[in-house]
Amino acid sequence: MPQPSPDRPRVPILGAENVTKVYRMGDVDVHALRGVTVPLYEGELMVLLGPSGSGKSTLLNILGALDVPSSGRVHYRNEDIAAADERALTRFRREHVGFVFQFYNLVPSLTARENVALVTEISKNPLNPGDALELVGLTDRMDHFPAQLSGGEQQRVAIARAVAKQPEILLCDEPTGALDFKTGIRVLEVIDEVNRSLGTTTAVITHHAPIASMADRIVSLSDGMVASDHTNDIKVSPAELTW
Amino acid sequence: MVSVLDRKLLRDLMRLKAQSLTIALVVAVGVANYITLRSAWRALGDSRAAYYEQYRFADVFTRLKRAPDSIADRVHDISGVASVYPRIVEEVLLPIEGMLTPAHGQIVSLPSQGWPPLNDVLVKSGRFPEAGRSNEVLVYEPFAKEHDLVPGSTIPAVLNGKLHELIVVGLALSPEYVFAIEPGGVSSDDERFAPMWMSKSAIAAAFQMEGAFNDLVLRLEPGADEAAVLIAVDRILAPYGGLGAFGRDIQISSSILDGEIAQIEAMVLFLPAVFLAVAAFLLNVVFSRMVALQRGQIAVIKAVGYGNLTIGFHYLKMVCIIVVLGSALGVGLGAWLADAMLDLYAGFFRLPMTRGRIDLPVAINAVIASFAAAVLGVGFALRSAMALPPAEAMRPPSPTRYRASPVERFAGLRRLRQTTMMVFREIWRRPLRTVLSSAGIAFALAIIILGRFGKDAHGPILELQFGRQQREDISVSFSTEVDQRSLGYLEHLPGVDQVDGFRATPVRFRSGARWRDSILVGLPPDSHLRRLFNRKFRPARIPQSGILITDVLADILGAKPGDLIEVELKEGDRGTREVRISGTIDEAFGLQGYMQKAGLHELLREKPTVNTALLRVDPQWEAELHARLIDIPAVQSIHRKRTLLEKFEEQTGRTMQVITLILTLFATAIAVAVVYNNARVSLSVRSRDLATLRVLGFSRAEVSAILLGEQAIQVILGIPVGMVLGTWGAKALLELQADPEQFRMPMLISPRTYAFSAVVVLAAAVLSALLVRRRIDALDLVGVLKTRE
Repeated sequence: MPQPSPDRPRVPILGAENVTKVYRMGDVDVHALRGVTVPLYEGELMVLLGPSGSGKSTLLNILGALDVPSSGRVHYRNEDIAAADERALTRFRREHVGFVFQFYNLVPSLTARENVALVTEISKNPLNPGDALELVGLTDRMDHFPAQLSGGEQQRVAIARAVAKQPEILLCDEPTGALDFKTGIRVLEVIDEVNRSLGTTTAVITHHAPIASMADRIVSLSDGMVASDHTNDIKVSPAELTW
Repeated sequence: MVSVLDRKLLRDLMRLKAQSLTIALVVAVGVANYITLRSAWRALGDSRAAYYEQYRFADVFTRLKRAPDSIADRVHDISGVASVYPRIVEEVLLPIEGMLTPAHGQIVSLPSQGWPPLNDVLVKSGRFPEAGRSNEVLVYEPFAKEHDLVPGSTIPAVLNGKLHELIVVGLALSPEYVFAIEPGGVSSDDERFAPMWMSKSAIAAAFQMEGAFNDLVLRLEPGADEAAVLIAVDRILAPYGGLGAFGRDIQISSSILDGEIAQIEAMVLFLPAVFLAVAAFLLNVVFSRMVALQRGQIAVIKAVGYGNLTIGFHYLKMVCIIVVLGSALGVGLGAWLADAMLDLYAGFFRLPMTRGRIDLPVAINAVIASFAAAVLGVGFALRSAMALPPAEAMRPPSPTRYRASPVERFAGLRRLRQTTMMVFREIWRRPLRTVLSSAGIAFALAIIILGRFGKDAHGPILELQFGRQQREDISVSFSTEVDQRSLGYLEHLPGVDQVDGFRATPVRFRSGARWRDSILVGLPPDSHLRRLFNRKFRPARIPQSGILITDVLADILGAKPGDLIEVELKEGDRGTREVRISGTIDEAFGLQGYMQKAGLHELLREKPTVNTALLRVDPQWEAELHARLIDIPAVQSIHRKRTLLEKFEEQTGRTMQVITLILTLFATAIAVAVVYNNARVSLSVRSRDLATLRVLGFSRAEVSAILLGEQAIQVILGIPVGMVLGTWGAKALLELQADPEQFRMPMLISPRTYAFSAVVVLAAAVLSALLVRRRIDALDLVGVLKTRE
């Protein structure tokens, strides 16, 4: 399992280079990102911190090929995906990235298992949907519809769905934002478990600074720019987090 | 000053403009349909009633050979008869210059003084012929127009074998020729058939009918027993060659007009109801979704102090705007279409049409009906908007409960792809919506079939009648039976390749108390130019002895092959003969019987004669041949098969094109509105799911397939149902249209018609789907995911 180590040059699997993003909101231009350079190294768990409006979601969306930058480069391994067309972006998401969102975004008409199968059906080398759900501790709730699951359970299904295709990269946008403390910790444990056991390169967005303690690396954004980027020397397990 | 709520209303409507517009169009088509059909029905019905009354259209009609005028008084004495009018009616040839075959005239006598007491004539221009002027005629106006005849023009006519030059003194119409069709004809032909009117003394002189009549029309007293009168009339006229009296229901012009009016009446409620039901359903779909989407807004509006009624009224106003828009369009369209439809009818039915401006009560009814339909459609959504307590409305709605359907387990659907499963569960969750959407599509398709199927039966019927059965180029009928040997004379005329002849005689078929008047045809055994086929194109043979009768006649008589029936002759000694039925034939027209020509002569106790000759001719010599035929005194009419066919095709073709176009447009309006609105609402409901799939790496095409798959299933379910509905509707219309004793139009809908209707509906659906597809492509992935449902 790849572990970042000081003696080996770390390989960025995905990265933003000098990325800017300008939205036009009515008559004003909003500069969401102003020249951000953030690499994501293979196998690491990165936490992206920042207050709301700092541009962290915009960055994550650009890294996940949900959005394209106004300028700058986004590279996946040696490919520049900033210049890719719609079809290529879809393929990139399909093959390499798993997403977890604040509001779970499960398909209400499909059961937990079917929500996972939705992804495994279009993947090249997927986990068995049952195994993916086992990984997040939902073996006994597999045939429930989303409306029959609690928020925390739904989020775990979302994580199982995201990792079932064995993506190289897992992007989580405020995965605990809609959950209470206890449930949030359970979800973070699952993310941590996925990162460690499957070696999935993981980026977690949060505005909750304490969560950063579980990361290998912590990047802070402020006003569309990188405020700090440092490795976390005292990594703690999610269970030890408090806020 | 526009209130804030009204401003919201207008902006909401602008946002929903495409959906509102498609629904308004369906309302418009419904309203237009009602106004068109209702106006046409009224105009035709009222005009018919007024015309028949004012011009004293008879109730009972009969032709006979010849009876002295005094006999008419005996008919008048029959109980229930109000008035009688004896006339002379004669068939004449009109060898008009420039026409290959002569046109046919039917000359009706006019009394020497005053107006005809029954079946009066409406003189459109010119005047009545003056008594004592033997060469003055009134001519049927449409025929005159075809030939540029005006008062003062002359027209050649062969009266009783002698060519006369008649002077047209006026152009006229009559209630007995509203739909002018010559005896034995298949369609009206203004170019070739001319009712004409002449003073009785002039016709009597030309046809040696002084002091006699050969046609009698009667008016009955209110409440008279028509059947009893018919029997009494036949009894009195039998010795004078009476051919059987009949009522208005069989009078050809009247029955065709009645059939048309009955057809419109059948559609007048049905068609508009379909459109309004579709509009109501779509309003329900769209407004239910809007109320669900505006849950939060409703809560806030209520929270700041607006009442439930105000909220209800707010949404109702929106519906009203759509209905008002649709109704206004519909009234305009309806007025225009009603006019166009009556113009179309004016080309077939010649009667003074009372057509005013748009009928106000009809328009008001249509608008009220569309409002009622709309309110019914949105009622449920409005009630839920009004009943929602503000505090509850602030919270998001409870999540939709999906369930695994039992069908899934049994049908092995579990093995389907998850995306297919999404489509299936969505349909399963809202079965009623699926059923109603499919029903809308089905009706759209059925409407197209109803517009087109009429033409489908024409092809095979024409092929059967004119291709297989009537193999001659020209048929010549004689005013009386002629010696068999005259066929030899015809054979030597220029251009004649082959000649055949047959003998037909009017008879009454009777079996016990049941009877029908019809004709009995005697065909030679080796007839090349006239053969018999049943409706399935199988050739039929005439038995060596006995009689072959149409199966409908057998049913009427309650007789079957092997039974003896009575044949009452109306020619010769007018005796009654017993004949054995040796077979039945399933024919498309009439109630006739067939037997060997020799057998018929034996029955009539006459020498071999013919009254119709059939000719196969070389087209090069046709003009000369016709010139020679006209000179033969006994020739009563000449029919050229190709001309008949061309005329028929031309007439039905044009009408059919117009009707197909209009109904196709109407059906398209339904299909587009159903698919577009369903897809838009579905997109609104499921944009979050679809965006999620896009994020997970599904392509635009894959995501569109989920949303549009649902619509596709509704359309695909609707297509076969529509075909069945269309077939039923066609059958029902057919039964209204034709008198089965005269014409049994086969129930035939061609694969082309089914295919055409399916293609139109599919094309409309695909077009609507493509419009929605653009919106799916433009889904805001990030935005959708950022919001809580």
